[in-house]
Amino acid sequence: MSLAQIREHARGRLERLGNAVTSHVWRLGFASRFLFYTVLHSGTALRRFRLTVAEIYFAGVLSLIIIMVSGLFVGMVLALQGYDTLQRFGASESLGVLVALSLVRELGPVVAGLLFASRAGSAITAEIGLMKATEQISAMEMMAVDPIARVVAPRFWGGVISMPLLAALFSALGIFGGYLVGVQLIGVDAGAFWSQMQAAVDLRNDILNGVIKSVVFGVAVTWIAVFEGYDAAPTAEGVSRATTRTVVTSSLAILALDFVLTALMFTGGKPA
Amino acid sequence: MVQIQNVAFGYDAARPVLRDVNLSIDRGSVVGIMGQSGCGKTTLLRIIAAQYLPGSGTARVLGTATSGLDRDALYRMRRRMGMLFQFGALFTDMSVYENVAFPLREHTALPEDLIHDLVMLKLEAVGLRGAAQLMPAELSGGMARRVALARSIALDPRLILYDEPFTGLDPISFGVIVRLIRELNDSLGATSIIVTHDVQEALGVVDYVYFMAAGRVIAEGTPDEIRASREPFVRQFVNGELDGPVPFHYPAPDYAAELELAEG
Amino acid sequence: MNRATIDLWVGIFVVIGIGALLFLALKVGNLATFAAGETYNVQARFVNIGSLKVRAPIKSAGVVVGRVADIRFDNETYEALVSMNLDQHYQFPRDSTAKILTSGILGEQYIGLEAGGDGVMLKNGDRVRLTQSAVVLENLISQFLFNKAAEGKDEKK
Repeated sequence: MSLAQIREHARGRLERLGNAVTSHVWRLGFASRFLFYTVLHSGTALRRFRLTVAEIYFAGVLSLIIIMVSGLFVGMVLALQGYDTLQRFGASESLGVLVALSLVRELGPVVAGLLFASRAGSAITAEIGLMKATEQISAMEMMAVDPIARVVAPRFWGGVISMPLLAALFSALGIFGGYLVGVQLIGVDAGAFWSQMQAAVDLRNDILNGVIKSVVFGVAVTWIAVFEGYDAAPTAEGVSRATTRTVVTSSLAILALDFVLTALMFTGGKPA
Repeated sequence: MVQIQNVAFGYDAARPVLRDVNLSIDRGSVVGIMGQSGCGKTTLLRIIAAQYLPGSGTARVLGTATSGLDRDALYRMRRRMGMLFQFGALFTDMSVYENVAFPLREHTALPEDLIHDLVMLKLEAVGLRGAAQLMPAELSGGMARRVALARSIALDPRLILYDEPFTGLDPISFGVIVRLIRELNDSLGATSIIVTHDVQEALGVVDYVYFMAAGRVIAEGTPDEIRASREPFVRQFVNGELDGPVPFHYPAPDYAAELELAEG
Repeated sequence: MNRATIDLWVGIFVVIGIGALLFLALKVGNLATFAAGETYNVQARFVNIGSLKVRAPIKSAGVVVGRVADIRFDNETYEALVSMNLDQHYQFPRDSTAKILTSGILGEQYIGLEAGGDGVMLKNGDRVRLTQSAVVLENLISQFLFNKAAEGKDEKK
């Protein structure tokens, strides 16, 4: 290739990169306005709480099985792996501490968030996207009913309410799983398991921070899910792409936010 | 009832879909807007429904111009309109009863037993009172469209818009919808606008026709006038002729040259 | 799925969710530290606080009696100023000693409060006069080596 051709090629690539970045930034702005509008018009969702309750069912209750079973298994694996390492330092009695802190601080909110994104988030996106594709959203607009207040807001609040509860359930069952494996199976002392855990896990620093994380994740995942659904192209392919985007973007958002929140909450503190 | 003056519109600035459209619809009439796919008729319907605003010109619907409305005024106007979408657009997570009751529940504070009676009334008008407890997935295309029709007249609208109501229906459902459009219009004292390209059947039910091509109204008149029209496009359309102003062949280079026969 | 069933399941979901939160708060976490009762504030100066952190426990006879509230550096005396919040229920004599101790061999550091014999008790805003700084590992090692070298020299003589 001649130098001129290479230059053309490179410029084309750069232009496309620039376009991609600007279009993403624009989309983020659009999504933010959408969120703002949704929250502002949440009156219907809160006044007619029936609607939101139905959405809590679809987002939360239907995710119960996967969250609880996963939590149990994660806790059990934590205990197995943790014991193996801890007993090399003669610290096997701290197993409870390991399991509890890992779950409450990190794994509970993050893994429950990822599972929620793939199960409930994609379902919400698909549902809203299909409503758009079959003109149900247009029909609602034509009947002078604001579809964002009637369809989007209840799903948003349903997700935000469900997420912290699911994360707590995940952590609780994980700790129980850790207890099952650690105490019942391996033989760590039950008293040491619970007492060391209680001494090491702080209500404000650990548990509250974990709850805050799960609330933040809930808002992020549900926001992405309703936005992608509402913005989907009204075709089968459009909906499919939107659900994929929901899962991918939510997962990345959870992990990135987790880093930011962990850095803010758990490191540093007041210097000595 | 509806007045469109010099309306131009395009979804993006580069490609105008409507250029200088003028039409006027009187109260109580059933009007058809016909033309080929892509001529802009569905877009025009959307502009009448105020889903889109005209790029230039004015659209006056039910006495007010659509351009200056805020959300509340827009919703007030829409409560006096009903729209039937091409495939019904029923809410799939609700039963037939719930679908028809939806506009009543959202816009009125009527007690449940009154709503029940109204829903049954509307369903009876379209002949589906017995299907009240079915879910949309259990309905045939024709039935779904009838339920959607019942839903769109739930609040006794003054203006009813039909977007391709005859598409994909079997002859019986077809006949049913055709009769319902006329009966409902007359019994409600409403005005109906039908966008369609089913020429022969539509000509049998409408009072007046507007023909569109390439974003403009190229012919208008009563069904008899249209049938007798000498305008080439109308003749091709009404008679379903193969070739005319709308060519059969998509523009392509010379045939012989393409086949490489004109060689040597 | 009718309304009654949905309501029932959502109710169950919310109940067990809150139950899980309560379980975490009460059985897993340290609720005692959150029950912030009335405290009174006492200051202390240390030459070296080692790795003492804010919110570190203050223990007397091994029982937690308070928490470290704040740690500052005094630029005039070049010492560490530690502010401590002690539980109102526990009174200590004015001549008590505050020592920086380590839990276990490599554990976190805390302040150990040893009661003195004075009749007058510490009040809010008082200063603990007797303090013992943290043991710094490097100083310990260099002292050990110094002693070893001195012994060697003595033997050579």
